[in-house]
Amino acid sequence: MSITLKINGETRTINADPESPLLWALRDELGMTGTKFGCGIASCGACTVHWDGVPIRSCQTFVGDMDGAEITTIEGVNGKAADAVQAAWNELDVPQCGYCQSGQIMAATALLSETPKPTDEDIDAAMDGNVCRCATYARIRKAIHLAADKMEA
Amino acid sequence: MLHLLQKPLEAAAPSRRTFLKMSAGTVGGLVLAMNLPRTAQAAAGEGEFIQPFVHIRPDNTVVVLSKHLDKGQGTATGLTTLVADELDASWEQVIAEHAPSNPQVYANTLFGVQGTGGSTAMANSFMQYRQAGAAAKAMIVAAAAQDWGVPAGEISVSDGVVSHASGKSATLGELAGLAAQQDVPAEPVLKTPDQWVYIGKSFPRVDVKNKTVGAPNTYTMDFQRDDLLVAVVARSPRFGGTLKSFDATEAKAVPGVVNVLQIPNGVAVIAESTWPAIKARDLLEIEWDDSAAETRSSDAMMAELKDMTAKPGLKVREDGDADAALEGSARVIEADFEFPFLAHGAMEPLDAALLYDGETAELWLGSQIQTIDHNVAATILEVPFEKVKINTLWAGGSFGRRAQADSHPVAEVAFLAKAMQAAGMDPAPVKIVWTREDDMAGGYYRPMSAHKIKVGLDADNNVTAFKYHIAAKSIIKGTPFESMLMKDGVDHNMTEGAHDTTYAFPLMNMDQSYQETQVPVLWWRSVGHTHTAYVMETMVDRIAKEAGKDPVAYRLELLKDDPRKANVLKLAAEKAGWDTPAPEGRHRGVAVHKSFGSYVAEVAEVSFRDDGTVKVEKVVAAVDCGTPINPDNIRAQVEGGIGYGLGAILRNQVTLADGVVEETNFDTYEPIRISDMPEIEVHIVASNEAPTGIGEPGTPPIGPAVANAIAAAKDDWVTKLPLTKAGLV
Repeated sequence: MSITLKINGETRTINADPESPLLWALRDELGMTGTKFGCGIASCGACTVHWDGVPIRSCQTFVGDMDGAEITTIEGVNGKAADAVQAAWNELDVPQCGYCQSGQIMAATALLSETPKPTDEDIDAAMDGNVCRCATYARIRKAIHLAADKMEA
Repeated sequence: MLHLLQKPLEAAAPSRRTFLKMSAGTVGGLVLAMNLPRTAQAAAGEGEFIQPFVHIRPDNTVVVLSKHLDKGQGTATGLTTLVADELDASWEQVIAEHAPSNPQVYANTLFGVQGTGGSTAMANSFMQYRQAGAAAKAMIVAAAAQDWGVPAGEISVSDGVVSHASGKSATLGELAGLAAQQDVPAEPVLKTPDQWVYIGKSFPRVDVKNKTVGAPNTYTMDFQRDDLLVAVVARSPRFGGTLKSFDATEAKAVPGVVNVLQIPNGVAVIAESTWPAIKARDLLEIEWDDSAAETRSSDAMMAELKDMTAKPGLKVREDGDADAALEGSARVIEADFEFPFLAHGAMEPLDAALLYDGETAELWLGSQIQTIDHNVAATILEVPFEKVKINTLWAGGSFGRRAQADSHPVAEVAFLAKAMQAAGMDPAPVKIVWTREDDMAGGYYRPMSAHKIKVGLDADNNVTAFKYHIAAKSIIKGTPFESMLMKDGVDHNMTEGAHDTTYAFPLMNMDQSYQETQVPVLWWRSVGHTHTAYVMETMVDRIAKEAGKDPVAYRLELLKDDPRKANVLKLAAEKAGWDTPAPEGRHRGVAVHKSFGSYVAEVAEVSFRDDGTVKVEKVVAAVDCGTPINPDNIRAQVEGGIGYGLGAILRNQVTLADGVVEETNFDTYEPIRISDMPEIEVHIVASNEAPTGIGEPGTPPIGPAVANAIAAAKDDWVTKLPLTKAGLV
């Protein structure tokens, strides 16, 4: 079926199986591979995108349910929180293999947009669904605090 | 892995030939050429400087070619640091790319083939990449001298700028073309450590920018072309099972599905994109033949392993008559340990893409042992070695999983390409995607193992004998690595970290036994050390307790002949405040272990939640990995190594029921998450020794450090992992 999505501010129409997860529509139909496939069951967060600013798992979001939705992916995320997060990630050399980091950055950006000065408990609650098998978690935590400082500055 | 190859290659030469013979491809002799083959030099563009490890482009970009796969461990950054330092490039102008597959130029000098593993990248390449950078600098300087008509000795290079007192200056890029025409110095002069500008300082990772913006074409999973086909494969749910029959009628009806083909290990669904392939695979009706398959449960396999440890096995080490010494002892401590299968669970599931046109083949994958992947593709596709090209892409983790002896993901995609050709399909690139379930249930696990220990103590609590028997499936036996890595039928990978302990026990005997099973096993970040460090370090703690001695002081008594190990232990203890009481409600444990040439000590601080489960609050680590090339990356690898090992001991295990894997995704094989992650401090020992590994050595000590901290509170050492079995998670 024909589905119209607003992705990173651009209107895109795709012809897709309504049961197709948004993840595969983004990656294969639209060629936007920054959003990653990790588990397919919403257990790892590698596929995190924003739907109207709210972080969702695109592997368990079906395109048939999304006509007209406004989606932001790692390729298009911007603004004060996103800029601070990406700068902090670079400053602290957070990524190792990097495969999960699109999802981590999308989750962290959503957290800081809602909660500009998160506590460690806030970070645990917002980020626990995002797996990093390289276990860069210590730096992710530091980078979120650093990004919060950058936003305040 | 492969770290036993660190002996000189000459000594291993007969075995190496066998290793290279594993498939039909010809790789020729090992030539560590500084000079590029003439054909490649001829292919250089106008104004370009092209050498095997360094390219300098007219736009002033310096490209460092990483012969090792960067799967997150920071190798590309490390190699770039070495070249940039000797070349005196500015760090802003250097980028890293993976080198082509060419064992004559890019062999790992410790393996004899092109490959990454055993935490060898820096140990292997420290001199080679510095020499490459120094040679490039000498050629740049010679070019400037020629161009400016001044003596080379008067020219200096700093931060990417070449200059002379006369006021003349140029960038590296401006001189690249002329530099390419200079003689390659046979023995370029290297800097002395006091001249280093990047080595030993911190050099930003070269891959961070791309990895924070979701850049395209980074990983194999992201490989795209307009004509790309995507395949998923239905493989036997039981290891060793074979295809009996299948019906693809419904699968073929799914829009987007292009074909369904039988390949040697299963049925491949080929589609225009990923989702139709995944969806259609679920509609296949398949009958498997399990007559040769592993059909036991993991519990039954563990029972077999435990039986093996109760009987004599192959002798790995025999210092004397341990049984007599035990009999004459005042007391004997006995312990039986059980370790489960572990999956690697890299974030990027396995994948590989191939274009085969009947005469040539091009591969795209995170190739970890390029020479094996290359040979396997050439052999299956029946094309000459030089007709295969491998594009090594950044890998979304590996932890050992991408370094197979059989290159099974490449073999599978090669067989698929042949099946496509046989089915009359036009040549097209095809990418096999493994779902998480495929990856996790696909085997190649850290072997499950049983360990039996008997330690004799005399009346003064001195050790009289240490008797140790490990039973597991060998990672090496029956693979092409066997001739190279096994000696007298003994697999030292299985017992590394134990048979070679430097603890001064008067008598140590060690046996091993091999389990036979169809479940494929593989190295998992730190290989044998994943289990031996746990056993040795918890046993030493138990002995210290029996002797009424402090765990750090007791270890130091036993490590009089191993000053580097003693040194990291003292450093970690000091930084962790070992001599002061732990904070209220917290308990400390320590472990120290050498692996891959590096020494790591860790002090873990744990607390217990109201429900009795354990929380690891803080880990203080001290590491000696020789000359620290990039201290921040060393810290990152130790942080990650601790997290990776901690997740496994907390709650990870792969179990089998009637031969079928029970944990197939992150819901049942629950990875460590941010809320589990302790605060970590890493202290690095200043050293002028040759650099050694850092990708793996942070992992072995964390399990026993945590177990010893738990025992500090409960006086009971966990012997069956993961900790969920003891109700601690």
